Amino acid sequence: MIWDLLFEPFAAYGFMRRALVGCIAIAVGATPVGVFLMLRRMSLTGDAMAHAILPGAAIGYLIAGLSLTAMTIGGMIAGMAVALFSGFVSRATHLKEDASLASFYLISLAAGVLIVSVRGSNVDLMNVLFGTVLALDDAALILLCAISSMTVLILAAMFRPLVLECVDPQFLRSVSGFSALTHFTFLALAVMNLVGGFHALGTLMIVGIMILPAAASRFWARSVGGMIAVAVIVAIGASIAGLLLSYHYSLPTGPAIILSTGVVYLLSVIGGPVGGLSERNARTANTPT
Amino acid sequence: MSTRRDFLKYSAATIGMTTVPFTAAMAAETMPVVATFSILGDMVARIGGDHVAVTTLIGPNGDTHVYQPTPADARSVSDAKLLVVNGLGFEGWLDRLIDASEFDGQRVVATDGIELLAFEEGGHDDHHGGHKEKAHGDEDHADHDHDHEEHAEHAEKHAEHDHDHEEHAEHDHDGEEHADAHGHDHHDHGEFDPHGWQSLKNAQVYARNIAAALAAADPAHAAAYEANLAAYLTELAAVDAEIRKILTALPEDRRTIITSHDAFQYFGRDYGLTFVAPQGLSTESEASAKDVAHLIERIRDEKVAAVFVENVADRRLLEQIARETGAGIGGTLYPGALSEADGPASTYIDMMRHNASTLAAALSS
Repeated sequence: MIWDLLFEPFAAYGFMRRALVGCIAIAVGATPVGVFLMLRRMSLTGDAMAHAILPGAAIGYLIAGLSLTAMTIGGMIAGMAVALFSGFVSRATHLKEDASLASFYLISLAAGVLIVSVRGSNVDLMNVLFGTVLALDDAALILLCAISSMTVLILAAMFRPLVLECVDPQFLRSVSGFSALTHFTFLALAVMNLVGGFHALGTLMIVGIMILPAAASRFWARSVGGMIAVAVIVAIGASIAGLLLSYHYSLPTGPAIILSTGVVYLLSVIGGPVGGLSERNARTANTPT
Repeated sequence: MSTRRDFLKYSAATIGMTTVPFTAAMAAETMPVVATFSILGDMVARIGGDHVAVTTLIGPNGDTHVYQPTPADARSVSDAKLLVVNGLGFEGWLDRLIDASEFDGQRVVATDGIELLAFEEGGHDDHHGGHKEKAHGDEDHADHDHDHEEHAEHAEKHAEHDHDHEEHAEHDHDGEEHADAHGHDHHDHGEFDPHGWQSLKNAQVYARNIAAALAAADPAHAAAYEANLAAYLTELAAVDAEIRKILTALPEDRRTIITSHDAFQYFGRDYGLTFVAPQGLSTESEASAKDVAHLIERIRDEKVAAVFVENVADRRLLEQIARETGAGIGGTLYPGALSEADGPASTYIDMMRHNASTLAAALSS
């Protein structure tokens, strides 16, 4: 019974195992990036970046067809260009980061829509750009695993400056020249994970799996390391739940995965031991009046 | 106020009167006709011959399900004297385009009077053959059968019904740019499978409808249209016989075919083949893990020989399925759009021939 429910789908079908491996790779790579995005109050940046990637991937597709390499490179270039320009503008002028990022991603998105429209509406390009986790081929899996390994290594190497940037960016800027380097490396990581993830889940969905587990982890741990651990576990668990729901109840896979993380998030908001609603209520009730 | 309105009405009428003879004179040269997608465009060109100038909104290899009209399309439509559409909710964006372009010519629905196939809701799982209407109650189901008969008899009522569905589909598209940008908005078809051209018998109805509409819009060349139609009908019947001969030769246990989306039901009905697809009737829907698992089971159980990709759809999912089951990719089928002029399916007849021979080659090997 339990076997049929939980393990049989993965044992019987290769595509389910591939989907699982892809999801785990994304969870390990993208979720820690999401935690830092959240801590730096850049949660919405992920969404903006995801849109910024689209035109680059579209150009890659129009040039080389359905080629993983071309679409990945195109997406990376577009995403990095937006990250660099907006970072430059916010550091060199008095415009704040959110406004400059919004400006550049809107320009990038509009350029993408223009390119796609001018080249005609051959195959539904949007469908092509949005991968499905059920159709991961070897190349896509290797890409996902490579990206998540690189992400883990780079994050480990710059963990301290990153945490400092989150807690006190002014301090890091004053004691070290590495602030800008840290910032841009981090943005590059975000772009890289988004590009990798849209092959598997689609742009909207990858942002979901990046941010939602991170937000949920805030209610379970106080340290950054703890949050990352919780977020990765939540992301993996929700991916498995989503895949199984999609398998047993015939639901589209991407949304099923993201909604599973959404459920975990809502439960965490209510019952999380670190600043969740119930914990806060208990604390106010216990306070002597 | 009323005098002013009368004045406007009067002047509009005058302009109308003066322009009508003018366009009629133009039409004596070539009549501007707009067809929504490449297959209809090809048919109109065949029947209209030199007397019509066909504009096709969705060109070769284009996906009609998810098309977004451009201002140039609106201009073509507003210039057209005749608009040829497939109907049955296939062109969900059509009504909005017609409103926007202030089209005042005639519209012909090519599927009027074809033998309709109700589409199986969730037709991509293993309950094939019967009607399966998850969303409707029993009562609805009975109604629906009744409707079906009426449709065959009363073309007029059919058109009306059809119109409703188009509106419905259009409604779903109101999310517009943002929803489209995410590619996840749900596209709703009517109750009937719109891919009617996949049957050569239906194509003969299409051709008759188009010829009648051309003759009505341009009576001066009615005789020419009639002659072209006769020649085309003979050719369609010949191709039908030819395909029947190729496909009926296939053995009984090699008649199940996997494609990307459910576009070949009419073809399957005509030639006794079963088509199964992970995606539903529209290329826009997203497959679930269950659908894919069922499909894989089915490929294994029924020893499906080959999986076919389509020129308009995403082939990655099917490639993975083919890989997992060991069924080969049998080739590329053309469900709803012609290929470029130098491709294997540049006309409707070539397309049907190509599909049949691709299927036959993969299934008989």
